[in-house]
Amino acid sequence: MKYVALVYYDEDVMNNMSQDEWDSLNQECIGCVENLSAGGHFITGEPLHSVDSATTVRVRDGQVTTTDGPFAETREQLAGFYLLEARDLNEAISLAGKIPPARFGSIEVRPVRDLLPEGNAAGGQG
Amino acid sequence: MQDWIETTYRKESRRVLATLIRLLGDFDLAEEALHEAFASALAQWPRDGVPDNPTAWLVSAGRFKAIDQIRRRSRYDSKVAELAREQEPEASPEDCLADAHLEDDQLRLIFTCCHPSLAVDAQVALTLREVCGLRTEEVARAFLLRPATVAQRIVRAKAKIRQAGIPYEVPEIDELPARLGAVLHVIYLVFSEGYSASEGDAVTRPEFAQEALYLVRLLANLLPNSEIRGLLALMLLQDSRRNARTDANGDLVLLEDQNHDLWDWQQIDEGLSLIRELLTQGAVGPYTLQAAIAAVHAEAPRIGHTDWTRIVRLYDLLLRTTPSPVVALNRAVALSMRDGPRAGLDAVEALIDRGELVEYHLTHAARADFYRRLGHTAEARLAYEQALSLTKQEPERRFLQRRLDELK
Repeated sequence: MKYVALVYYDEDVMNNMSQDEWDSLNQECIGCVENLSAGGHFITGEPLHSVDSATTVRVRDGQVTTTDGPFAETREQLAGFYLLEARDLNEAISLAGKIPPARFGSIEVRPVRDLLPEGNAAGGQG
Repeated sequence: MQDWIETTYRKESRRVLATLIRLLGDFDLAEEALHEAFASALAQWPRDGVPDNPTAWLVSAGRFKAIDQIRRRSRYDSKVAELAREQEPEASPEDCLADAHLEDDQLRLIFTCCHPSLAVDAQVALTLREVCGLRTEEVARAFLLRPATVAQRIVRAKAKIRQAGIPYEVPEIDELPARLGAVLHVIYLVFSEGYSASEGDAVTRPEFAQEALYLVRLLANLLPNSEIRGLLALMLLQDSRRNARTDANGDLVLLEDQNHDLWDWQQIDEGLSLIRELLTQGAVGPYTLQAAIAAVHAEAPRIGHTDWTRIVRLYDLLLRTTPSPVVALNRAVALSMRDGPRAGLDAVEALIDRGELVEYHLTHAARADFYRRLGHTAEARLAYEQALSLTKQEPERRFLQRRLDELK
C-alpha cells in the first residue's frame, strides 16, 4: 500500500537551532531517505520552505482569491512529506517513526486513495 | 437440535468469525458468511447429524458461501474478482483450521480491534461487538449512547481498518508490550464499566465484568505474560465483592461494612494464588501491583485486620512505576488509615495544589471523609457538597447525601 507521511513541527524550534544543529538534522534526513530507498519504501518526498513562504488559494463563486500564509494558525506547521510504500499500517508506522523530525514534531500517516472516474472513497456520502 | 445449534452459536461463533475474517480479509463479509454458515447448519445438521468438528465445518461452510457470493458479484466488479482468485484455497483446509490457528485468529481479532490507531471508544465498542459478540444495542445501553452512535463508531472503525491497512496480525515480539498495553486497557475499561458503572442507576453491570473476565482468561491462555495474569487476578478479586457492594436498596456498602459471606471466596482463592505466584516471580507491573493491593483487602477478614502498612508500601511501588494522580489519591486514603486523617488530608491537598483531580468527585469525597474524621464538620460538609455536585452515579449520590445528612 501507499502511504503519505506528512511531517509537522513547530518552526520556532527549528529557527532557534544553531546553523550546525539544523544542518546536522538535515543530514539525518538525507540518511533517512537513503535508508528508505535502500529498503524499497521511498517513492518520493520533499522538504518544504517555511510556512512564511506559503500562499493559500481558494476559488469561491468562480473568483480566485489568494491569501498570505496557511489556512489556519496551528502550533505545528507542515514541513515536508514522504510518499512511502509499505506492506500495511504497522510497517508504515514503523517507517514514519524513523523520520528524524518525529523527535520534535509529529508525523501524520495517511493511506493514499485511488482517483477513479466513479465510486470514489472518502466522500460522497450525502 | 435447535438448542444444540444455539449453544454452539454462543460458544463457537466468535472463534468462527475470527477465522473467517482472516480467510476473507473483511469484517463485514466474514459476518455475513458466519450467519450463512449457521443457517446451513440449521438446515443440514438435524438431517445429516452433527459433524465431528463443528467449528471447522462452520468455517469451511462460511468460507465457501462467501467465495460463492464474491463470484456472483464479480460479474459486475473486476476488483472483487481479484479477491475471489486470491481466495482460491491454496493451503489445505486442515492446515488453516488447526486449533493453533483458530486460537491465533482470536488473538489477531483482539489486537486488530484494539489497534492504537483507532480511538479508544471505538476500540471498546469494536471489541465488545466483534470479540464478545454483543449486539450494538447492548453496547449502546451500557454506555448510555444511542445505538446509531455506536453503530456509526463501529462502521467508521471497520472502514479505517480497511482503508488504512491495519493488518490482521498479532504484533511482533518487540512491539508486543506496547500493543498489549492497549488491549489490557480496553479490557479493564470494559471491566470497570461492569464493576462501577460510570453513570446511571446501578453500581454494577455484572455482564460486562463477565465479558472482561472472558477476554482476559482467553489472553492468559494464549500468551505467557505476567501483566495479563496480574489483570486477571485484579479483576477476580474486585469482582468477588460484587454481591456485597450494594444492599437490597441498591445503595453502596463500603468495604469495611461489607458482609464477607457475600464475597465469592472461590474467586478470591483463585486471585490470591495467582498473585502469590506473580509476586514470587518478581512481577511488578501496574495491574499486578493493584491486584496485590486488592489481595490485602481480600485477606483482611481471615487475619482479622487490614494491613495498611503493606498497602501503603504497594502504592509507593505503584506510584514509582506508573505515576498517576488517581494512584496518588488512593495512596492518600491508605495513608490516612495508617497514619490518621491529617496525613491523608495533607496528601490530597498537595494533589489539589498541583491542579490534579480538582474536578474528580472522589477527591472531594476523600477530603470530606478526612475532615469528618478530624471533627471539622463545616469543612467536611463543604467537601461532601462539592463531591455531590460532581458525581453522575445515583447510588454514589445517595451515599454522599447520607453522609452529609449525618453531619447536620
